[in-house]
Amino acid sequence: MAKLNQLTIHALRDLLDSGQVSPTEVLDACLKRIEQVDPQVKAFITLIPEAARARAKQLEDLGKDKLATHSLAGIPFALKDNLCTKGILTTCASRMLANFIPPYDSAMVEKLEAACAITIGKANLDEFSMGSSTETSSFFPTANPWDLERVPGGSSGGSAAAVAADEVIFALGSDAGGSLRIPAAFCGLVGMKPTYGRVSRYGLISYAPSLDQIGPLTKDVTDCALVLNTIAGHDARDANSVPVEVPDYTSFLKEDLQGLRIGVPREYFFPGLDPRVKELVQKALLRLEELGAICEEVSLPHTEYALPVYHLISTAEASSTLARYDGVNYGYRAAADDLDTMLQKTRTEAFGPEVKRRIILGTYALSSGCYDAYYLKAQKVRTLIKQDFDQAFAQYDLLVSPTAPGVAFSFGEKEDPLSMYLLDFCTNPLNLAGLPGISIPCGFIQKMPVGLQFIGRPFSEGTLLQAAYAYEQSTEWHRQKPDLDNDCI
Amino acid sequence: MIISHEQVETMAFLNQIELSAEEKEQYTAQLNVILKYARILEQLDTSQVAPMIHVLPLYNVWREDEVGVGLDREQALQNAPESEEGYFKVPRIL
Repeated sequence: MAKLNQLTIHALRDLLDSGQVSPTEVLDACLKRIEQVDPQVKAFITLIPEAARARAKQLEDLGKDKLATHSLAGIPFALKDNLCTKGILTTCASRMLANFIPPYDSAMVEKLEAACAITIGKANLDEFSMGSSTETSSFFPTANPWDLERVPGGSSGGSAAAVAADEVIFALGSDAGGSLRIPAAFCGLVGMKPTYGRVSRYGLISYAPSLDQIGPLTKDVTDCALVLNTIAGHDARDANSVPVEVPDYTSFLKEDLQGLRIGVPREYFFPGLDPRVKELVQKALLRLEELGAICEEVSLPHTEYALPVYHLISTAEASSTLARYDGVNYGYRAAADDLDTMLQKTRTEAFGPEVKRRIILGTYALSSGCYDAYYLKAQKVRTLIKQDFDQAFAQYDLLVSPTAPGVAFSFGEKEDPLSMYLLDFCTNPLNLAGLPGISIPCGFIQKMPVGLQFIGRPFSEGTLLQAAYAYEQSTEWHRQKPDLDNDCI
Repeated sequence: MIISHEQVETMAFLNQIELSAEEKEQYTAQLNVILKYARILEQLDTSQVAPMIHVLPLYNVWREDEVGVGLDREQALQNAPESEEGYFKVPRIL
């Protein structure tokens, strides 16, 4: 029989609501698993077992009937360590914030606490979310539970590894260019980047504000809908969040896709794509047709421009958002006798190499003489990329593509920045256009998971979940688990 | 070469970042590869295209001009590397 920590939210709900298991039993199963495998997986920067135990006890005292009215009651989860937690270390995996204890909670913490979920810890990431492998973390890399010699993807790699290794039931991450979907693909999970503005980013430590969005990493599509139900919605404290009604996302979980029109963008099957991934995606398309969908090829002609556009815009924004780290209000401060030296030593010592590279590139793209050719040009091409999607969505309900061009790679394999950036080829364009996307498992290549990406119109998360659910229910991929026990003795 | 060693150094300086000779060399090489790749954007005629301002039709998000609850002074200072008498303290400026 499966252990409690291996179960989904919806399976645990039945057991918790009927009183067959208690929140403490679920939590203990997760904590035991963490003790067993996290020394190898290294998903967490900070763990708060005592606080979690106290919370579980508190929830038990409420009684199971009262608990059952809360959607995520008694479910242990992890937060990417760029989401502020009051009184709990929040580092962004940077030396800059290695001692930062936020005086307030992010909107996500408020919502999940209100839903009576239990925070277990803060998960590793690429420093300030800048990366696709979690290797740029200033503290340590996280391993992929499917193969400890490989990366979990990034930047939400700790969140994904924690869920895939059954250390927590679900996790939250953030996604500016693929940071939820790439780890979901590499770790065999469901990862959703909601529409820009769907989820409040109050208390998210920003990387690129016009692209960042928070979303769930879960073991299946039903869990994704349950978490999205809890975290979606308008928040006046994030001026970019949108007052659009939040439907009950579980109402979209149907096994029928009759008449759904799906476009398959040919440009996403680019030369860098592993032919074995292509084959699995094509098989998935056949399955979607069997389920009643109509799949047709479509063109998004500006796709190949998305990657440079993304890097010019995201780095330009990062050069601005990271200007706040000055050793004055919070975070690292280097010892120095005068202010200028302090500033320079602080930023030189506390930012890692990828952060410096991106800040320098972004500043260059914004500098006088380069602004028109790089930043402004990128924003114009961004308009063209969005128009491509608008045209495609005039004909199709959603689009399907691979998530990542291959499976998870070994540590240190992608040393030059450009080859790392190419990982986000199929995921970047959605952020540029503000669209929702979901990655779900669609097969394996030599025991490593492969992801399938659905792309939708703004605020069509329900349609994405419908298609993802119908596909998932017709396959067994999501039931497979990494065989970690032999690796972690 | 699109971006020179000197330009890389200037951009780093503007960000209060000091680069070692080795870093300068490495970043210059890497940024040239990235910027060369970015040059594919020049293939597109964008003379008639408006730059993206926002992906959603959101304009002028206002709220009522009312005093809200903020952090108190103690909380605001709790992460300060150095503070004195309720103020953030920095090394001498002059």
